[in-house]
Amino acid sequence: MVARMTPEHRRYTRAVMLLMGGYVATLVGVNLFFKNSAPTGLSAYAAALLPALPVIGVFVAIGRLLTSLRDEYQRYLMTRQILIATGFTLSVATAWGFVESFGLLPHVPAFYATVLWFGGLGLGGCINALLERCGGGE
Amino acid sequence: MKNRLKVLRAERNWSQADLAEKLEVSRQSVNAIETGKYDPSLPLAFRIADVFALPIEDIFQRGE
Repeated sequence: MVARMTPEHRRYTRAVMLLMGGYVATLVGVNLFFKNSAPTGLSAYAAALLPALPVIGVFVAIGRLLTSLRDEYQRYLMTRQILIATGFTLSVATAWGFVESFGLLPHVPAFYATVLWFGGLGLGGCINALLERCGGGE
Repeated sequence: MKNRLKVLRAERNWSQADLAEKLEVSRQSVNAIETGKYDPSLPLAFRIADVFALPIEDIFQRGE
């Protein structure tokens, strides 16, 4: 997101690494649980929800990073990056949804919106870098 | 908004990194303000004025 690693970024990186570890562990665990126990009812819903929690935690970590950045220009760049990611995700999801509703595209699980959003963050980072290089901006 | 950051910095023989350190922001931020890519908030503008010991209007002027 930025060239320099600030204490806020170090804290964020640590949190994301922990959460991603938790994500992998819960995903593997829940898959094994469904494979071996075939749960039903409330326990099935609770177990199925578990892998989503670390991912939601990453969104919280991103929000905390954004609000903790003391450098307002870095905050501005990150806000633009998040807006690009959100606009990109909503645009692709909306377009996909309409085309899918006419039977022209397969159904995609909703969690792919998260994958798209993280891809959008990458796109936003590239646009930020490009605007920095070209002297663009506000 | 126009600013005299580059001139004032040069007068004091400060690099962008020196000014960034005094303001507790990144060098990238100083560069963005200096080149007019980013207009600082009022609190940051006051901090810049404090660092240069000048009134804000001697650093920032209206205009593109």
